[in-house]
Amino acid sequence: MMVDQVVIPALKILIVLNAVLVGVTFMVLLERKVIAWTQARLGPMRVGPYGVLQPIADVVKLMTKEDITPVKADRWVFSVAPLIALIPALIVFAVIPFGPEVSLFGRQVALYITDLNVGLLYVVSVASIGVYGIILAGWASNSKFPLLASLRASAQLISYEVAVTMTLVSMIVSAGTLSMVGIVNAQESQQVWYLFVQPLAFFIFFVGGLAETNRAPFDMPEAEQELTGGFHTEYSGMRFALFFLAEYANMIVVSAVATTLFLGGWLRPFPNVAALSFLDLVPAWCWFLAKTFVFLYIFLWVRATLPRYRYDQLMRLGWKVLIPLAIANVVVSGLVKVLL
Amino acid sequence: MTTDVRPMFDTDELVINMGPQHPSTHGVLRVVLRLDGERVVGSDVVIGYLHRGIEKLCESRDWTQIVLLTDRMDYVAAATNNIGYCQTVEKLMSIEVPRRARYVRTIMAELQRIASHCLWLGTHAMDIGAMTVFLYAFRERELILDLFEEYCGARLTYNSMRIGGLPLDLPPGWDRKVLGFCDVMEQKLVEYEELLTNNRIWLERTKGIGVIPAEEAVAIGLSGPPLRGSGVQRDIRKDEPYAAYDEMRFEVPIGKACDTYDRYLVRLEEFRQSVRIIRQAVEGLPEGPIVGKVPRLIKPPAGETYHAIESPKGELGYFIAADGKSTAPYRFRVRPPSFCNLQALPRLIQGHLVADVVALIGSIDVVLGEVDR
Repeated sequence: MMVDQVVIPALKILIVLNAVLVGVTFMVLLERKVIAWTQARLGPMRVGPYGVLQPIADVVKLMTKEDITPVKADRWVFSVAPLIALIPALIVFAVIPFGPEVSLFGRQVALYITDLNVGLLYVVSVASIGVYGIILAGWASNSKFPLLASLRASAQLISYEVAVTMTLVSMIVSAGTLSMVGIVNAQESQQVWYLFVQPLAFFIFFVGGLAETNRAPFDMPEAEQELTGGFHTEYSGMRFALFFLAEYANMIVVSAVATTLFLGGWLRPFPNVAALSFLDLVPAWCWFLAKTFVFLYIFLWVRATLPRYRYDQLMRLGWKVLIPLAIANVVVSGLVKVLL
Repeated sequence: MTTDVRPMFDTDELVINMGPQHPSTHGVLRVVLRLDGERVVGSDVVIGYLHRGIEKLCESRDWTQIVLLTDRMDYVAAATNNIGYCQTVEKLMSIEVPRRARYVRTIMAELQRIASHCLWLGTHAMDIGAMTVFLYAFRERELILDLFEEYCGARLTYNSMRIGGLPLDLPPGWDRKVLGFCDVMEQKLVEYEELLTNNRIWLERTKGIGVIPAEEAVAIGLSGPPLRGSGVQRDIRKDEPYAAYDEMRFEVPIGKACDTYDRYLVRLEEFRQSVRIIRQAVEGLPEGPIVGKVPRLIKPPAGETYHAIESPKGELGYFIAADGKSTAPYRFRVRPPSFCNLQALPRLIQGHLVADVVALIGSIDVVLGEVDR
């Protein structure tokens, strides 16, 4: 009883949290490497073979850096803002299903921390708190460039969040459940990845995901070339690193949620083709991680390829293209569900 | 009794200091922006942070020593500055430059145009957020720097011209390497275009941004690609040919829409035309001496002259007055294209957003070393 209710969940939280944080640091390395290769460079090569130990050096550097708070900053908000950005990104992982229930050491263990019956709602609500970190950071810095960045972040938030949430509604129509595990199971029983059922929803979710994580081509709140670093201009040392962690953790969150919703979560490719059943030999969580990785790679690929939108153009894209499309998608999904 | 009527919300303009330390001002340009939200309602361009008094310095130097100082103005196209200065003095002294030297000058000038445009393309794309183009363009610029290194040993400030001709003849095999570079450049241009020319985001960010009609462009005194982007057919290489341009076949691209995108297209076409000119010049490179008849002591007769060439950024002019007595110019004045083109910036950014400001600074293509001198 004690083991089931306390020890195992605690262990799971510990493992997931550490895996995410380590994953994030190596995500930075991956990004630098992928972009370097795209740009005919080598990327980090000095620390360890092919620079694989670079993340460790980075963390040590950031930890030992001086932590500066501007004199005119709102101290309390200034120090709490990075945490507001990071914590929601981490607690979303509570409902991400990495795999189905498996038996480990004679026990049935589910490869997710918890299965909320409103999992999707939880993801949406928690993930949208993260942007407050950015808005507050820009405000509390009491500096002009960060202030502009936080204005952009708020404008951006309204533009994409509505569209993304609408696509999730159409996912719920398809799956008939809000539970993340339930959605994967629905894809298993319907024998199809929702990517093929709801391609438009997938597209909108992906674009919205880029905007939600402030990644290129929607990295206006950071926009180094315009706002000299945007909301984190005044941050240094570990507080700056927390924003960095939050950004990359958010990328992993969006990739993991997209995998769960559209790519069948832990299911092997083509779950309906019996001839491919040898693929089941690979553990389910490996499929999950592989699919998530594909998404992460696309994030980096997009960043290396595309120029940046202007923030009024993002708003136009959000309000005039994505939201009408998302609403149409909900209506069509509903009609199809009712009529067929 | 007066009632103090106040609006419920005060709206203030936000004054923001862009530069002199800012990633996108291409050096030490400072732009004081007055913003309403993110819209620019007023701006003030402050220059002078890189002023070294080059013009005054030149008035106390020997005529031959000045070549080296001109390197430090537009440092991304140093050889072009050298050529402009040497030609001005040659005009002042009526020195005939041998045909081979004129051909080599043409090759150098066009290589510099490509190098300068590579830097422009890279930084301009980087300002708009396309960072891969930046490294691609620098990869090709590197090849040009290698060619110059092989010719004169320097990679940035070449000191590569002499009054009356060239300091050195071309190293053996150099011409073949230049032709090889031309082939590479043509292929890589396709790569740049794939990344940008038809990219939806690139189009949205550059089309209709910073429109400046032809009459206004002429009135402000724009020159070079910004002027041609506004549809004015003006290229000193064609209109008042110098070096060997009268023997070259090339076209002068002009734009229609007068916006950032057209200025981009004009420069991209100039890459191609430069490659074409280099090919012709290398293939038709005559044999012969590299220095004309220059007196041992350079002392131009009393008089003054103005001579302009088409630098990668526009009309680069030198006004030199000699008193006929001293071995230094009496007055030395440069008309730098960047300085004159920069005048258009407040007009261009008016009413646009902060994000467009960096795009427009990039679109004018200024080098602060030349603006401030």
